[in-house]
Amino acid sequence: MRPLPELTPENTAFWTGGADGKLMIAFCADCNHAIHPPQLICPKCWSEAVESRPVPGTGTVYTYTVNHQPWAPGMQVPFTLAVVDLDGAPGVRVTAEVVGTDPESVAIGQTMRISFANIEDIWFPQWEKAQ
Amino acid sequence: MTLNAAITGVGMSDIGRKTGRPAMAHLAEAAKRALECAGLTKDDIDGISTYPGKADNSPGMSPLGTGEVRNALGLQTRWHSAVPDGPSQMAPLMVAAMAVATGQARHVLCFRALTESSSQTATQRASIPGAGRARLGGWYSYLVPANAMSASNWAGWMATRYFHEFGMTREHLGLVATGQRAFARHNPSAVMQAPLSMDDYLGARMISSPLGLFDCDVPIDGACVIIVSAADAARDCARAPLTIEAMGAALASQETWDQRTDLTTMGAHDSAADMWKRTDLKPADVDMLALYDGFSIFVPYWLEAFGFCGHGEAKDFIAEGNIGPGGRFPVNTGGGQLSGGRLHGFGLLHEACTQLWGNAGGRQVADAKTAVCGMGGGFISGSMLIRRD
Ligand SMILES: [Zn+2]
Repeated sequence: MRPLPELTPENTAFWTGGADGKLMIAFCADCNHAIHPPQLICPKCWSEAVESRPVPGTGTVYTYTVNHQPWAPGMQVPFTLAVVDLDGAPGVRVTAEVVGTDPESVAIGQTMRISFANIEDIWFPQWEKAQ
Repeated sequence: MTLNAAITGVGMSDIGRKTGRPAMAHLAEAAKRALECAGLTKDDIDGISTYPGKADNSPGMSPLGTGEVRNALGLQTRWHSAVPDGPSQMAPLMVAAMAVATGQARHVLCFRALTESSSQTATQRASIPGAGRARLGGWYSYLVPANAMSASNWAGWMATRYFHEFGMTREHLGLVATGQRAFARHNPSAVMQAPLSMDDYLGARMISSPLGLFDCDVPIDGACVIIVSAADAARDCARAPLTIEAMGAALASQETWDQRTDLTTMGAHDSAADMWKRTDLKPADVDMLALYDGFSIFVPYWLEAFGFCGHGEAKDFIAEGNIGPGGRFPVNTGGGQLSGGRLHGFGLLHEACTQLWGNAGGRQVADAKTAVCGMGGGFISGSMLIRRD
């Protein structure tokens, strides 16, 4: 079974925003720094005014890997993991499984858009090709 | 600036796959061999240090902590610590060096013990963080639940980006894997000794692109002990002390495998640069290299991190024959973890010490006096320079 993350005050928006179809990223309300993984306090200015904001849910593939090894019982392979530079959140990448395409067809520079897969109380980001 | 600390003895158990031996049996064997190497007795040991301490976060990853080893070996200590969060698997050695340099202990037994091979089953693999837990926290909770379960995935996407930027190919990594195997054939304790050709390498199944089976190190059962002694105490030992010339533990980026701005670098670049600031020695003074090879791709990263070649130049540096048998800068002469088995960096440093003492048999690097060691991959990293006077 796919392991699930524990929900915490700082990460709940990220893992549950998909319920509303939104990719939620933490930002500092004081210095506007995008914070990922999310934190309670801004690592840049130590402001406690950290808030989650929806971002467009699009981005560009920075890198990827095609996984061929079943690491857990029932894991279906192959699949591609894409590390994507997010639009609207400078410096932030979201790593997620690529769905809806041939795993071997993903390339660096490809533009992507987010979708979500729900398991229990978690909405997992997953990437699809934008075009 | 030399530390007042030296390596005085090393020992490794008879490592293997599916040995079925208890971790403590491996550890005791390694400890006996290290004491014999150093010319010390049990009563001389007054410190103990390990990475990461007893941990069950993945099968067989760390069955022994300092407490159990103190009890089993009957040690009376003035210093003990386990370091799960330090600068790589090298952390206990660094802590030991600081302990002896500050007078907290004279001879510190540093150890690493694993039973990953025997602990693996059809449904349970070694090195999957958080295996068996209901819910995950910490840095890997953004990776493992996303189905990026294995470090081979994390290293795989680093390699993809590196290949893309610098034109490296699988053949370059194949030279790392086959070169280390060629060394391993002269190391009786390496777990993989059969010849490995480039065709074998390229034909093996893919694990996480562009990394295939022979780009991944081998889970084993075994233990390694390295004794770190105060400089004055080291002079009374059986062998020439291997002085710790400098260490580096800097880390400039977050503890993640995907957020570092430039993933064609890693933590190694931070710790290695910091290490060189503490010594007058240069890469040209180094006779052999012990570079973390949990995955083959880490070797070119470490080569560039330590400045043996420029950023993006490792593929040519490797293709020119610098790091294999007969090369100017031989890397992982015992076979590394790719062919020797995964002792989490300790095996690599064990080999460096063996070389500096001139005991490396058919793989001996002529008159090796200075070695550099880099442990870790991704954000995990520690650097050390050792020399025999
Ligand atoms: Zn801020």
